[in-house]
Amino acid sequence: MTEPRKAVALISGGLDSLLAAKVIQDQGIHVEGINFYTGFCVEGHTHAIRQKDRARPKRNNALWVAEQLGVKLHIVDIIDEYKDVVINPKHGYGANLNPCLDCKIFMVQKAREWIDKRGFDFIVTGEVVGQRPKSQRKATMPVVAHESGADDLLLRPLCAQNLPETRPEREGWVDRNRLFAFEGRSRKPQMALARQFGFEDYAQPAGGCCFLTDRQYSHKLADLWQARGDRRYELDDIMLLKVGRHLRPRPHFKMIIGREDGENRFLEGYRQQFTHLFTTSHNGPLVLIDGEAGDEDLDLAAQITARFSQGRDAGCVDVEIHRPDGATLTRKVKPMPGDRIPKDWYL
Amino acid sequence: MSEAQLDARRMLCPMPVIRTQQKVELMHVGETLAVCCTDPGAIHDIPAWCRVNGHEVLDIVQRDDEITIRIRVCDA
Ligand code: SF4
Repeated sequence: MTEPRKAVALISGGLDSLLAAKVIQDQGIHVEGINFYTGFCVEGHTHAIRQKDRARPKRNNALWVAEQLGVKLHIVDIIDEYKDVVINPKHGYGANLNPCLDCKIFMVQKAREWIDKRGFDFIVTGEVVGQRPKSQRKATMPVVAHESGADDLLLRPLCAQNLPETRPEREGWVDRNRLFAFEGRSRKPQMALARQFGFEDYAQPAGGCCFLTDRQYSHKLADLWQARGDRRYELDDIMLLKVGRHLRPRPHFKMIIGREDGENRFLEGYRQQFTHLFTTSHNGPLVLIDGEAGDEDLDLAAQITARFSQGRDAGCVDVEIHRPDGATLTRKVKPMPGDRIPKDWYL
Repeated sequence: MSEAQLDARRMLCPMPVIRTQQKVELMHVGETLAVCCTDPGAIHDIPAWCRVNGHEVLDIVQRDDEITIRIRVCDA
């Protein structure tokens, strides 16, 4: 017996990639999944951090999909290489800082390298023509195939009948007649197909697969770049953008304020790297200072820290300030009244 | 045979899973790995990763905020 053909399916964790992989698997192809971790992925982070959510940690949807399919899943860390995609997207951004088209091209390109290394035959994605306004238009489908270098080894089973034949179809590895012609934004055909396969309880991300589609998150990232005068980031930066309340009282520093115990504990892990403040006379948050804060800035930061502590209505609150070099300062401050904190300080 | 160790404390999912995968790739069938992590999501994710990739979870021990998951590398 000849070996079955092998395909790698890009698994985001959503319904479309689950269905696409299943359709190909049902045609006798050996399928394995690949999932790329960019650092921006909507994972259980905030659940892992926030106290009230810790009792019910969120599952990893890509792993859940792989289990439903009974396929191996390779999770690939592309954090560093992905920076260039976010910072300089050749095709620009979507509604927020989401570089969806460049992101797709990049991931398919990584999958192409992966199949070459592992002796797989083709790549499967759950893309659907017209599903997303920018990155999944009919015109962008060949762009992804071409610029990724995957060309006709890229098969989109959910909309293949709307697209030119690919090599797996031409060679008879898969039967084009048993692929689909889904188009547009309606989710109904996917939901019907999921029912047919008996899939329930699948993830339905509202905006997109990552934080970059989130307006507030993108705003915080843009602020970070502007404040540093440089469009770059480290993994810690983009993790911290997911945690706490972010306030920028002055252009040269911002405050990251824990909102509850879980966040405070998470921020504690950064104490060596950042100047940090906390109240000692009252319970209160842990606050990190990102940027350079001088003496006056620290007075202001202490007043704001006191405002978010349980001493917010007290006449005087004690605040300790720790520098990363180990120096400790103390301040006695009057908490800044909430209505004196300008709205535009909140990021 | 000594057990391999992986310190994935303070890493948020899926980093503990990715580091586990990278470590397991370098190990041989039958060897064991103890992964220490603090993200409670790992209690679900590392065993799920083992199930789909054919490795065995030997035990999971939770002490305060630290979780140690022991894995035996299988012929997947
Ligand atoms: S939503 Fe995020 S992960 Fe998904 S395609 Fe767009 S940039 Fe990439």
